Amino acid sequence: MARPPLTLDRLAERYGPHLNTAPPGGWDDESQRPAQKLVKTHCCFCGQQCGIQLKVRDNQVIGFEPWEDFPFNRGMLCPKGVRRYLQGNHPDRLLQPLLRADDGFRGATWDESLDFTARRLREVQEKHGKDAVAVYGGASLTSEKSYLVGKFARVALGTRHVDYNGRLCMVSAGTAYKATFGVDRSPNPWSDIPKAQVVLVAGANVAECAPITTDYLWRMRDAGGKLILVDPRMTPISRNADLYLPVRPGTDVALFSGLLHVVLREGLHDKEFLAAHTTGFDAVAAAVEAWDPRRTAELTGVPPEAIEKAARWFAEADRAIAMHARGIEHHSKGVENCLGLINLCLATGNIGREGAGCMMITGQGNGQGGREHGQKCDQLPGQRSISDPAAREHVARVWNVPAAQIPQAGYSAVEIMEAIHRGEIKALLSICFNPLVSLPDSAHTREALDKLEFFGVVDFFLSETAHHADVVLAGSLQEEEEGVVCSAEGRVIHIRQAVTPPGDARNDWWIYVELARRLGQAERFPYREPREIFDELREASRGGPADYAGITYERIDQEQGLFWPCPSEDHPGTPRLFEGGRFFHDDGKAHMQVAEYRESGDPCDAEFPLFLTTGRVVSHYLSGTQTRRIGPLVAQYPEPRVELHPRLALQHGIASDDWVTVTTRRTVLTAQALVVRTIRPDTVFVPYHWPGDRSANQLTHRTLDPRSKIPEFKVSACRIGKAASAPAWAEQSLPAGASQKAARRR
Amino acid sequence: MSEYGFFVDPSRCIGCESCVNACAECETHRGHSMIHLDFLDRRETIATVPMVCMHCDDPTCAQVCPADAIKKGDDGIVQSALKPRCIACSNCVLACPFGVPKVMVKQEQMMKCDMCYDRTSVGKRPMCATVCPSQALAYLPKDLIQIGRRETPVHGFRFGRQTVTTRVAVMAPVGRTEISLDVADYLWEQP
Repeated sequence: MARPPLTLDRLAERYGPHLNTAPPGGWDDESQRPAQKLVKTHCCFCGQQCGIQLKVRDNQVIGFEPWEDFPFNRGMLCPKGVRRYLQGNHPDRLLQPLLRADDGFRGATWDESLDFTARRLREVQEKHGKDAVAVYGGASLTSEKSYLVGKFARVALGTRHVDYNGRLCMVSAGTAYKATFGVDRSPNPWSDIPKAQVVLVAGANVAECAPITTDYLWRMRDAGGKLILVDPRMTPISRNADLYLPVRPGTDVALFSGLLHVVLREGLHDKEFLAAHTTGFDAVAAAVEAWDPRRTAELTGVPPEAIEKAARWFAEADRAIAMHARGIEHHSKGVENCLGLINLCLATGNIGREGAGCMMITGQGNGQGGREHGQKCDQLPGQRSISDPAAREHVARVWNVPAAQIPQAGYSAVEIMEAIHRGEIKALLSICFNPLVSLPDSAHTREALDKLEFFGVVDFFLSETAHHADVVLAGSLQEEEEGVVCSAEGRVIHIRQAVTPPGDARNDWWIYVELARRLGQAERFPYREPREIFDELREASRGGPADYAGITYERIDQEQGLFWPCPSEDHPGTPRLFEGGRFFHDDGKAHMQVAEYRESGDPCDAEFPLFLTTGRVVSHYLSGTQTRRIGPLVAQYPEPRVELHPRLALQHGIASDDWVTVTTRRTVLTAQALVVRTIRPDTVFVPYHWPGDRSANQLTHRTLDPRSKIPEFKVSACRIGKAASAPAWAEQSLPAGASQKAARRR
Repeated sequence: MSEYGFFVDPSRCIGCESCVNACAECETHRGHSMIHLDFLDRRETIATVPMVCMHCDDPTCAQVCPADAIKKGDDGIVQSALKPRCIACSNCVLACPFGVPKVMVKQEQMMKCDMCYDRTSVGKRPMCATVCPSQALAYLPKDLIQIGRRETPVHGFRFGRQTVTTRVAVMAPVGRTEISLDVADYLWEQP
């Protein structure tokens, strides 16, 4: 049984989240002393991967200094980057491995905990078969560690079930781009954005989730360009949008079909480009025939005139860019939504040129690199398909195993949790993943975790998910390990080790190497440092779509990062894909795919008439394991609030700060209202960074996109009401000043 | 290259509070931010405004200081109150038309933005203008801002009968030379 060994209160008392509010030694004393070194590296929070310099003294990160020479962000940072250093020297930090004991967890030696982990994994596999063990990875890991997690699962454990938390992030975009273009990467570098004449941003709260991108959009507008924003909420960049399309949740693909309908009706499509460089256009054109502006408006809630205007602006520009993020991707038709935008770009010839393209905004720290090298259930390193015999042969040679020994594709992340719930998978080894907060329908996730025969976790803080673990292996923070990541624009960059892990915590890569050794696979995991893993990764990726063969740590440092594919050490890298209309499919063409609208997996009805949509706030990152421990970031947004429109609030007699209930077909959440005109009156928004009774994912549902297997976080049917009383969690004390500061937002 | 100027453009602010957080990291007032960031009226709008010291040519804070503790340097930067002189009376806090000074109760001293003297004096940009991800706070050569942006930098502000000119500029709609938000300022009134 993997139930938490203590009550949540007692676990929280011991392991937090507590708030770190000051640098090591406090504001007034020790931290006044100068840094001994400045380490040029990147922020750990989000796929923008801003360059930052960490101030280090006595093996502790004591602050930061902007890194103004790094071309992507030129010194700019968001509050998460400014305060990220407060995750170091933290009272909650796990300083040694933990083993489950009668009264909670007890500290253990590495030998005892690693032996135990390997033995239990082996026992479960001997009893129930190799595939009874699953492995979770994460996209905040370096590419070396992502590669290692995939290889560990497939070689050391021989299970086919390995997947990662990017399943909640980039897979809809990845599936759509792979199908259309033959490769999964944003085709344009960010430096293309200011060169566009029109940028359409769909389902991307750029200001809060990718703040540095705002600078690129403003530069585009300063040069005379126009910004079109598609979102059910007026996010902060809407103030400077030239056209705002308030799309009804779950109808994005219909809107994009309506836009393409107008383009084709007006004959504004690029016939020469379509003929020379694409297949499948006729079927796409036939599919959007029915989506005239009137019908599109009826479904999407966007006025017909705005649809006409947006379509003309986009098609009449010489250079237009469509950018998108989770807002259109977290749907049971997330792939279709992306395809709709891709089709608009291809039909207007906006691809593979300076200032013209379709760009996904990758979310997690290594959201791009983390999905390229083999921790994804259907891929091998280099973004190769695991079902491709040639790819299997190549990777098998690098791994020194017979190709037949590499398992075939396994379950995706949510499917793994489903399989645990029904008893098919009995053991789980997880790193960089907090599914109890981040997966939909958290009651279901909790039940599944409780059923595990063995649950091992590698983490630096005890996450809510790790409460259920049998063993917790104390791993490392991003600033404690060397490696590379790939940023949202496809730039491979260098994460420099600034400090070594504190106490008896260890590097994550070392933990997996030691486990592999205990599973009898020492010779296939001979690494002494991350660089050796990277060199093997380069070989494994050679010849694949994400080809890293020509990338070295030294070249990254000299050239301020390198864009893949980079097949040889004399290759300059590839900042922009598809130049000259050459795509990655064998025929060199883009394969346009029909994108049809269909109903959400959790449709509204008389009982649940409203849309619930979830997302992020600027001061928190994902499941909050790190940012809910950083005092100033918590003060900025201490608890989830329910955003709703005054018109909806009036119907229910709700004012800002009132406690309200949001009820879906799963359960009910109680939180304070934030009554704002910046959201559609038929929609409520709750950010998802919190656990337990404050978790938005108690409410969401487990419907997946059939191809990408992403959950439909952005649409759940709900109803709201005024709460009879404050919830139990409201009595938890907030940090000093937090409520006062947060009050300014009300 | 022309002289550097500090430019505030509230219309580009995304309310992320990166400036507020970064200011608190400063060597001279560690743990305390000197920047104010306001959500104007969250119910009606997502609009936010960052406020740094405007560094007035004739600072109101200094005019009203009974202890002669607030000084403007030759570089035009208005400093925090001098420590031995300041009596923490809060006159400056009440008088500043931009609402900038803060009295730090613990050390009985008024502190305010000094445009990161520690950074600008060694050729760096002020911290807030370096980290701001949305160009709401910028420290740039003055000719560059004129070329790069449509808006006009404005140094003059009217508050009732008081006109204040400042070193820091606010970016205003094209053609504006002065900012006033009071109808009374536009009326003809007999002197």
